[in-house]
Amino acid sequence: MTTHALDAQSLKEKKRSWVLRNRFLLLRRSTQLLVLALFLAGPWAGVWIVKGTLTSSMTLNILPLSDPFLLLQTMVTGHWPELTGLIGLAIVVVSYAVFGGRLYCSWVCPMNVVTDSANWLHRKLDLKKGWQPKKHTRYWVLAMTLLVAAGSGSLAYELVNPVTLLHRGLVFGMGFAWAAVLMVFLFDTFVSRHGWCGHLCPMGAVYGLLNTKSLLRISAKNREACDDCMDCFEVCPENHVISPALRGKGDDTPLIQHRDCTSCGRCIDVCDLDVFSFTHRFDTQLIQPTSIEPGPRDPVATKAMGGHK
Amino acid sequence: MSDLKKTGLSSAKRRQFLGDAARTACGCAVAATFLTVYQAQAKALPADAIRPPGALTEEEFLSACVRCGLCVRDCPYDTLKLAELGETGPATGTPYFTARDVPCEMCEDIPCVAACPTGALDHSLTDIDDADMGVAVLIDQENCLNFLGLRCDVCYRVCPLIDEAIKLEMTPNTRTGSHAVFSPTVYADACTGCGKCEKACVLPESAIKVLPRRIARAESAEHYRLGWEEKAKAGNALVPGVIDLPDRVPDAGAFEPVFQPGKGQ
Repeated sequence: MTTHALDAQSLKEKKRSWVLRNRFLLLRRSTQLLVLALFLAGPWAGVWIVKGTLTSSMTLNILPLSDPFLLLQTMVTGHWPELTGLIGLAIVVVSYAVFGGRLYCSWVCPMNVVTDSANWLHRKLDLKKGWQPKKHTRYWVLAMTLLVAAGSGSLAYELVNPVTLLHRGLVFGMGFAWAAVLMVFLFDTFVSRHGWCGHLCPMGAVYGLLNTKSLLRISAKNREACDDCMDCFEVCPENHVISPALRGKGDDTPLIQHRDCTSCGRCIDVCDLDVFSFTHRFDTQLIQPTSIEPGPRDPVATKAMGGHK
Repeated sequence: MSDLKKTGLSSAKRRQFLGDAARTACGCAVAATFLTVYQAQAKALPADAIRPPGALTEEEFLSACVRCGLCVRDCPYDTLKLAELGETGPATGTPYFTARDVPCEMCEDIPCVAACPTGALDHSLTDIDDADMGVAVLIDQENCLNFLGLRCDVCYRVCPLIDEAIKLEMTPNTRTGSHAVFSPTVYADACTGCGKCEKACVLPESAIKVLPRRIARAESAEHYRLGWEEKAKAGNALVPGVIDLPDRVPDAGAFEPVFQPGKGQ
């Protein structure tokens, strides 16, 4: 990177406040904390809003929610859940399938905070990306957990599932669950970049499968403005999803359609040229860079005019 | 796979793909082996860990319970808890209680069962008196105060099914020769295993304990019949025409009991 490019980079960052550059990260931390707070309000303050854990919960004694991966494990052992469990399952499956399957991973799951922190440290230490499992590994792991459940007749994976261990630990009592969480942190930091959420977690794999036709999508609709700074690739937990949309030419859709996209919005945060934005799956329009009237949201034009906001 | 189609399945690509798949499959097989061994070890349920009312058999329970903790939350007496990782106890995350700490209060509406979203706690249990969490066993007659001849009676008094699940049965106190022993006797068919007796026992270590049925109970051989019951059922002797011979007692007068309850001093 040349000195000139560095200057341009710092100049771009100066124009956008820290809050703006982290707006979706802050929003996600808020929803993750909010979800946890709803579960903890009961045991800590006696205000019973949500009971149970993320595997199966009851909100205000009326809304049941059940995790699809957990109920899937139960069903492959040959046990059929009660109606409450099935209703909870249907609500979760339909909601995530419609809005965005992997919203769970980036906006709800407590492990996201751990793996994001691990990745932050990984970047600060400037480590190599390490072991990178093949792209379908998470589905192999998913199949493996279901096979063991079916073969052993018990929810074997739940004895070691770091995600449910962490959430149950926070809500009911940690025991040695912190050790499982620490293992994920160390694994993501030193062994494999984005290793857990990005390659192995079978829970995320199930939510990924729900993500194929979801409405909420991120679009690189301003891709013509991209100056190849690679910030989005650097920060995206599933960065293979970006290329088809960002590097697309002409009529190629600017939508990030890959089911692995967690809709975390981090690419929107870090992009100083406002290339990305949240939209729905039917919005395939591109922002034309050749527009004569430079609008306030047209960063290319803004940059050309010399830092005018 | 789509890559393969585009490149016309070149043999190098195919070898690469098969190699990757084989490696991943082997990795998963190794993980599956560890997981299978670990879950087998985790199936050992300690005798003092009691499952909530309505729990399916341990084998079925471990396939049905999603470890959500809703039963724990709806227990009004904080009886239930979830097993934590690293604890020498039931499978991680599953609900249980320890009777000596907090016994089951046998709520009539059985909120823990109602809360269970998977039926690991069987929703067909509607009368808490039918619950079968375990069986109380008077485990140490040598230290039980009642067996020593005192009238402690605490386990009997606290039993929610007093005179059904625990009865006091009177036998002569052969040590004093002039008192009765009121032995607390558990009737396993009526006992729900709530553990109130175990909790209430006044001894530093309880003389009566709730144990899982598999440990607490013997099983009668299938072909055994109790003659007197069969006789009552049939309404008459099953073998007709048995000759009743006179009992030959050597000298009836020599067996005058030392102590006869209810006959005065």
